[in-house]
This record gives sequence, C-alpha cells and structure tokens, in this order.
Amino acid sequence: MSDHTEHHIVSPKIYFAIFGALMVFTAITVAVARFDLASVWGPLNIIVAMTVATIKATLVVLYFMHVRYSSKLTQVIVIAGLFWLLIMLVLTIADYVARTGWPTPLGQV
Amino acid sequence: MATEVIEKVESRSTYLNNGHTVKSWLLTLDHKRIGLLYLFSISIFFLIGGIYASLIRLELVTPEGDLLTPDTYNRVFTMHGVIMIFFFLIPSIPAVLGNFLLPIMLGAKDVAFPKLNLLSWYIFMLGGALMMYTLINGGIDTGWTFYPPYSSIYSNSEVTMAGVSIFITGFSSILTGLNFMVTIHTMRAPGLTWFRLPLFVWAHYATSLIQILGTPVIAITVLALALERTFQIGIFDPKLGGDPVLFQHMFWFYSHPAVYIMILPSMGVISEIIANSTRKRVFGYHFVAFSSLAIAVFGFLVWGHHMFTTSQSMYAGMVFSIISYAVAIPSAIKTFNWLATIYKGSVSFSTPMIYALAFLGLFTIGGMTGLFLSALGLDIHLHDTYFVVAHFHYVMVGGAIIGYLGGLHYWWPKMTGRLYPETLGRISAVIVFVGFNFTFMPQFILGYLGMPRRYYAYVPEFQVLHVLSSGGAFVLAVGFMLPLFYLAWSIKYGQKAPNNPWTAFGLEWQTASPPPTENFTYNPVVTTEAYEFEHVEEIRNAGKTGAIQTA
Repeated sequence: MSDHTEHHIVSPKIYFAIFGALMVFTAITVAVARFDLASVWGPLNIIVAMTVATIKATLVVLYFMHVRYSSKLTQVIVIAGLFWLLIMLVLTIADYVARTGWPTPLGQV
Repeated sequence: MATEVIEKVESRSTYLNNGHTVKSWLLTLDHKRIGLLYLFSISIFFLIGGIYASLIRLELVTPEGDLLTPDTYNRVFTMHGVIMIFFFLIPSIPAVLGNFLLPIMLGAKDVAFPKLNLLSWYIFMLGGALMMYTLINGGIDTGWTFYPPYSSIYSNSEVTMAGVSIFITGFSSILTGLNFMVTIHTMRAPGLTWFRLPLFVWAHYATSLIQILGTPVIAITVLALALERTFQIGIFDPKLGGDPVLFQHMFWFYSHPAVYIMILPSMGVISEIIANSTRKRVFGYHFVAFSSLAIAVFGFLVWGHHMFTTSQSMYAGMVFSIISYAVAIPSAIKTFNWLATIYKGSVSFSTPMIYALAFLGLFTIGGMTGLFLSALGLDIHLHDTYFVVAHFHYVMVGGAIIGYLGGLHYWWPKMTGRLYPETLGRISAVIVFVGFNFTFMPQFILGYLGMPRRYYAYVPEFQVLHVLSSGGAFVLAVGFMLPLFYLAWSIKYGQKAPNNPWTAFGLEWQTASPPPTENFTYNPVVTTEAYEFEHVEEIRNAGKTGAIQTA
C-alpha cells in the first residue's frame, strides 16, 4: 500500500550525460540519412531509424521522466502501457501481413 | 426512538447542507457533490439521446420514409448513438455511483486527486457543450462509428467539431480512471485488504484499466481523422495513400473495450445488490473479482470481430473470432456465480433486486447473441442488420442501464438521505423490463430476416415487427420517465432514510445518510470480508458495528 518511495534527486551530471547521448544518436540519424541502406538490405533504413528512436525514447522515459527511480508500481504501469500499444500494433500488422500471400492467399483455401 | 434519530439527522452537518451557494457546488472538491454534478449532467444527455431514439422509432412505424428525410434520419441515429455512448453510458456508473461510493467503500475521505476529479467534470461539460454546438448545427451523419469515407471525403456535416468534442471528453474519462486506480491502490482503510474489497471496487478497478489504456487511442484516431480532413495527410483515404480499414482497427481498439467500460461497473453494482438481497456472500468471490480483470484484458484482443466483412485478412478474422469466444468465459463465470449466490438465499424482491434479476436475463441474451456474431460465417449474414442493433442494446440497455438504475435505487437513500417510493419503484422496474423486451426482441427477428440497420424505409412485410418494437419503445420510455419523477419527488417529500435501510454490509452503510462531508466521523478499521452476511448478527451482537470497528 505504501508506494511512496523517497524522492530521488538526480545529479546534473547524469542529465548532461543523457543529453549528450541523445545528441550523439541525433547525429547518427543525420549521418545515416546520407546513405541509402536499402541497397544493402531492403528494410534496413527503417530498422536503423526505429532502433535509434527507440533507444532515445527509452533514455528520455528512464531518466528525464524519472521512471528508473520510481516505485515498482509506476514501472509496471509504464510497461503495461507499452505492452498495450504493442497489442494494437502487432494485431493490426498481423492483419496486413496475412492479407496477401501468407500462408495461402485469401479465398484460395 | 425513531423521532429522536430523525431530529439528530436534521441538525447534523452533511455534504448536502455544507454550503448552499452555486459556487459551493461548481467549485466543490467533494467527490459526492461531483458525483451529483455528473448525475444531473448525464440525465440531461440521456433525455436528449432518448428524444433521438423516439424519432427513430416513430419513423420506423411505417414502411415508407415519411416522417424524416433520409439525411435527417442519418443525423438522428448518429446523434442518438454518439450522445448515449460518449455522454451517458461511459460516464454513467463510474462517474456518478463510482465517484460517490468508491472513496466511502474504501473508508477514505475523498479520491486521491480531488481537483483532477472536478477538472474531469469540467472537461466532460466542455466536450458536451461542443457536442451540443454540433447538434444545433445539424449534427453529424456518419453513424456513431465515424467510419471514413462517411467522415472524410463524403462528409457534409460538422465531423471535425464532433471529433474535437470526443477528443476532449475522452480526457475526462481518463482522469476518472486514473483517480480511481490511484485511490484504490493508496487510500484503502486499515485492514481493507484487496480480497476484502467489495466487488463494486474490483469492477471499477478493471474499468479504470480500460479507461486509462484504451481512451488515448480514440483520441489519436479522431486526431488522425481531423489531420486528414484539414491537411490532406493520407491516413485513411485510399486516394491519399491511406486505408479505411486502418481507421476501423484504431477505432475499435478503443470502442470495443469501451463496451466493457459500460458493462463492468454495472456488473459491480449487480454483485452488491445480489449479495445484499439474498443475504449471502457472493459465491466464488475471487472468481468474480478476477473475471472483471480478465474481461478488461481480453476485451482488448477482440476488436477485429467488428470487421469480418471488410478486407481484413481471413486469418486475423479467425484469431479475433476465437478470442471473442474466450471473452464469454469470464462473463459466464460471473453470471453462474450470481445464480449460485441466489441459490438458497433469502431473496427479497426490492426494486434494486428486480433490476438485478432483469440484468441476469437480459445480459445473458445480449452476451449469447454476441457469440452468434463472433462466428465468422454467421456474421456474414447478420452483419449490419437489426440483429446487431438488438444484440448491443441487450448488453448496453439490458446490462449497463438496468444496472445503473438498480444501483441508483439501491444507493439513493445513502446519496440523498431520502427513501424512494418502493411500490412505484417495483412497478417501474417491471415496466422497463417489459418495454425493453418488446422493443428489442422483435429486432433480433427483423435482423435475422434481413432488415439492415440505419435504413429509414423497409419492405411492408417487416411492419408488424417494427410496430411492436416502436410500441415497446413507448412503454420503455414510460419506465424510464417514472424514476425521473419519483426520485426527484423523493428528494423533497420522500421519507427520511435511516443510515442502513437495507441492513447491508459495506462501509458506505456504516456512515450516516447522507454522509458528512468527510464521509466518516471516525477512522474506519475493517476486520471482516466484504459480505459476511452469515455472521452479521453475531458481529452486531458482539458490540461491533457491522464490518467495521471504530478506532
């Protein structure tokens, strides 16, 4: 019942380090945009862009939004929120993927 | 003796006599007053939605479309749906009964965030005002589902304004859910462990989960729709590279769970009423509690069953169909457990119990016909027919509204400190039950025979069934209007209510009727389970006051 943990004070050092990391990832995004990775492998462009974006978002949520220092309950709520988003994305995309050619095209069973 | 008690009540300070100015109501942070603000607001929306329903049923008395123009008819059924769902059903039990009772049931003085609670009412009223603006400007004609292209390229009505209204109103629902969840986690009285909670609280916990996790998605969806309409960004319009079925995915990701926002709190009310009216502990308490959570979670995995006739993949359809069947399991667990509670119970047929018994029958029909519709093959025949209309009215009116009315009667003495006229209550409950079945039972047959929904004219063969349905709607309207009058009458002229008129068992019955502003004049400590009716006399005789001891 008592989920009130002590208010954690984050040192400015950590904030600057995270800020630096975010800047580095932004630089990576800009640098990668100069090459067409699709010539290496079709979906590579989107994979790299989404990986960088996910890491940046995670850093913001964990440090700037203090989830890393929050109670277990808060962390569970955050994970549940992401999990629910995942449900929507996975089941919707499953429909689009299964519409054509997998494993048997629609109407040919 | 009795007069002595009443005189004490007169001089006592309650949440109702703690300030009589308009300001003391509009700026109140008291969860009980906010509950009443919601009660007043949603009753008005219910009346407006009801007027639209009457217009629909009047038009359908004759096969020809003679009362309304086709365009007006589209607007009428759309506004009926939008107002009833977003402005009545979703806030009904949580925002009125939940707001009033949840903190008292937990032994708390208020919800965790009283200011957010008041804000949620203002947000709701802002959304409601925008919807009234839309309504005065002719309303919208898309159907309550806002499907593109009705809401995009072919729309000629106030879709954007209606979208903004839904967007704003959603936040009121999110704030209520957030408040309830935090309150249940952090503000339970000493000794009130999770498995001592009344099932009303468990049901509201599950509801809050859906409100918090689902509602943002409808906000995103209407925002995307507005972006597409305003800036021609291709999301749902194939001409711009979008996909209309994507809208249906996003819309139903919220709107199917939203059905459970309406029915779950009602199930919580039914648990309370049945336990009290049979003087028994709810059979399988843990199963009933966890089935609420199961419904909340599984409810998020079934939305594709609204899209069996679209271009949705057959394989996705199969998955959604199977999971839709699975949702029936927790609902059935509840229904059978309520029946087992009634079995060998000391049943009293009070007004709330008549509503609860009506709920059991009507919700079972509503739920079972849902299984017809989640069968992939049969749905092709029944999709978009009156069978669907009948099915969801059995769940939403036969389930959610009947539960709301039952709960309103059950806790009316606590909320107002007055008793409602019991005989009139029973009569109107029976009128509602009879009128409801006359309205919607013929619609199952109509739908199966091929009457499509949202049509304003039909072949003459269907007239008998349509007239039956319209006649039933008139009876139903009488059944809904009666409580409006006698409940309003009882506020001034009703007999004064004792603190515990039902000799019931929850914390809310241990405080005064109406409760003081701070809910309890002492700090309640809970020492027993929620429904110890078997031992209620022993506990009383042992000098304790029901479920609680004073500390």
